[in-house]
Amino acid sequence: MLKLSKLATAMAMVMAGVGMGISLGAVAGEVEVLHYWTSGGEAKSVAELKKIMQAKGHVWKDFAVAGGGGDNAATVLKSRVVSGNPPAAAQIKGPAIQEWASEGVLANLDPVAKAENWDTLLPKVVADVMKYKGNYVAVPVNVHRVNWMWANAAVLKKAGVAGMPKNWDEFFVAAEKIKKIGLIPVAHGGQNWQDFTTFESVVLGIGGAKFYNDALVKLDPKALSSDTMTKSLETLRKVKSYTDAASPGRDWNLATAMVMQEKAAFQFMGDWAKGEFLAAGKVPGKDFLCAAAPGTANAFTFNVDSFAMFKLKNAADQKAQSDLAATIMGTEFQEVFNLNKGSIPVRLNMNMAKFDDCAKLSAKDFVDTAKTGGLVPSIAHNMAIRSSTEGAIKDAVSQFWNDDNISIADGVKSIVKAAATR
Amino acid sequence: MSRTFELVMPKLAIAPAFVLGFAFIYGFMVWNGVLSVTGSRMLPNYDEFVGLAQYQQLFSMDRWWVALKNLGIFSVLYVGGAMLLGMLLAIFLDQKVRAEGALRTIYLYPMALSFIVTGTAWKWILNPSLGLEKLMHDLGWASFHFDWLVQTETAIYCVVIAGIWQSAGFAMALFLAGLRGIDDSIIKAAQMDGASLPRIYWRIILPILRPVVFSIILVLSHLSIKSFDLVMALTSGGPGYSTDVPATFMYVMSFTRGQIGLGAASATMMLATVAAIVVPYLYSELRAKPHDR
Repeated sequence: MLKLSKLATAMAMVMAGVGMGISLGAVAGEVEVLHYWTSGGEAKSVAELKKIMQAKGHVWKDFAVAGGGGDNAATVLKSRVVSGNPPAAAQIKGPAIQEWASEGVLANLDPVAKAENWDTLLPKVVADVMKYKGNYVAVPVNVHRVNWMWANAAVLKKAGVAGMPKNWDEFFVAAEKIKKIGLIPVAHGGQNWQDFTTFESVVLGIGGAKFYNDALVKLDPKALSSDTMTKSLETLRKVKSYTDAASPGRDWNLATAMVMQEKAAFQFMGDWAKGEFLAAGKVPGKDFLCAAAPGTANAFTFNVDSFAMFKLKNAADQKAQSDLAATIMGTEFQEVFNLNKGSIPVRLNMNMAKFDDCAKLSAKDFVDTAKTGGLVPSIAHNMAIRSSTEGAIKDAVSQFWNDDNISIADGVKSIVKAAATR
Repeated sequence: MSRTFELVMPKLAIAPAFVLGFAFIYGFMVWNGVLSVTGSRMLPNYDEFVGLAQYQQLFSMDRWWVALKNLGIFSVLYVGGAMLLGMLLAIFLDQKVRAEGALRTIYLYPMALSFIVTGTAWKWILNPSLGLEKLMHDLGWASFHFDWLVQTETAIYCVVIAGIWQSAGFAMALFLAGLRGIDDSIIKAAQMDGASLPRIYWRIILPILRPVVFSIILVLSHLSIKSFDLVMALTSGGPGYSTDVPATFMYVMSFTRGQIGLGAASATMMLATVAAIVVPYLYSELRAKPHDR
């Protein structure tokens, strides 16, 4: 027994030594940033942040975990936080920020936020997501619009489709024309969040922003089982009939590549797809077209990426951390980053001169819809409801999308049931 | 002094392994069990005791039932298929064929790959717009149709195919070793009695191989219950969640959906399933050889 306790003491001392080694080594002010931006356009964007931070004299420690739309990164983060060794900042968004904050591990960013006047720079809907009990705990990086429809201009021309379809009826006419010339009308990747991205745009196009809010954000069973939902699922199934058979499991950027390579005409995807187009040297308005998904021109499903900041012990690291927060919200970074990533600045009243037409349209709609109430959170991208409920609804929608034997009525029923998951 | 040392030394030598094994296997099993009766969500939370509510929720979920059904389909076909194919290969190889060594290596090689590699390779082979179907179309067989991987009902059979491909060689190796261990004189005696070759295999050789069959079942069935990497690489549970198995279900619930309690409940159910297979086996093994102890 005595030996055991001695061993334990020795172990503890070794551990403490290791711990001290780490903190001593970090005097320079180190920011370790956990993110999952690894694809072409995204990796370029994060390199900008690294450059700016290094210019300020801080050590940047990259901690990229690829894949799974952030699922993998979240798993790694959990193990790091539980073991008491969190990174300075981690890419966390939506209600997950609140969940982490309620664990008491996030740092209070109010001093930076006050100094930089974040309250006036951010739309209220977005600022609320970043706060826990009135204090800022996360920094928003950008705004993605999710309800986009991308198209290859050459394919549309070849098929004789004049302009982007404005509503779902027009869309199906166009899709039929594309099918006739032997191309795939809709490039789709069959992963549950992509299925849901399409579903979301369909619901918004059929039911409008108010219905979207009632059904998918407030999860009102009455709205979920309404005729509008039935009609949405009918439309969704029709959209699916225009995808190719090999879509299950395909990554979103491969689907975007199909549009680029003139194999497919349309893709429903957020504006990170634009980053891929741009990275491949395509010109918006000429090579590829962007428009709001059919029937959703007056609405905006937002997906705000953000960094939550964790409590750190070392003063130099804390300084680096608050510099990071200020940098992220700064005009310089907001512009450079979003030009690369395909999204728009989250900071209001930015000069949009350098941005392309798609981004200008996005920025204009962002401001407009914030006033009219058409600005709604994206469910597919974890912006509104807790992950367990969201997962269950995603399952239900995905199952409906993949299995044509499920009747519309059963599809509605399973979505209502899933929405009741806590 | 030296006597006590001799007495203590073996215990001391085995102690670290014992302690580690105990903590990291049984300790974690207990921990998992504890988690499964808490309301843990994103991080473990021991303050909220919920009894068997997580198990109740587990068995009310369609996705869990799909996972169980897939596990049933997968384990029966995977174990059965790998064994059958392995046995056939072993019997053929046992006919004193030329280049047996090379053939044996070829069949055994898939076993050396990880399931991730197998899964990815078969994902490409079975993908209708990339692999087999496209190849056949390019070769001019336009009506060829094989899209099991992207159909909800048939995707799980693709997992079975890849699994069998991987493990048949392993079963073959064990069977071959078993076959080589059979005394030739028994077979010669049977031949003298006028028994046909199939009859010899069916009535004499297979019964002798019973222990081999048993080991293969044991190894493969626990592999199938734990199957995770193969499914992740091949279909990642899709289309939809139609190829989910309990292991992938557990991972998704615990680590991406913030329902650690529910995930722990499903892990406990998996443990129970493995135990249901292993415990009777260990029991019969230990009882059969009391003199070993």
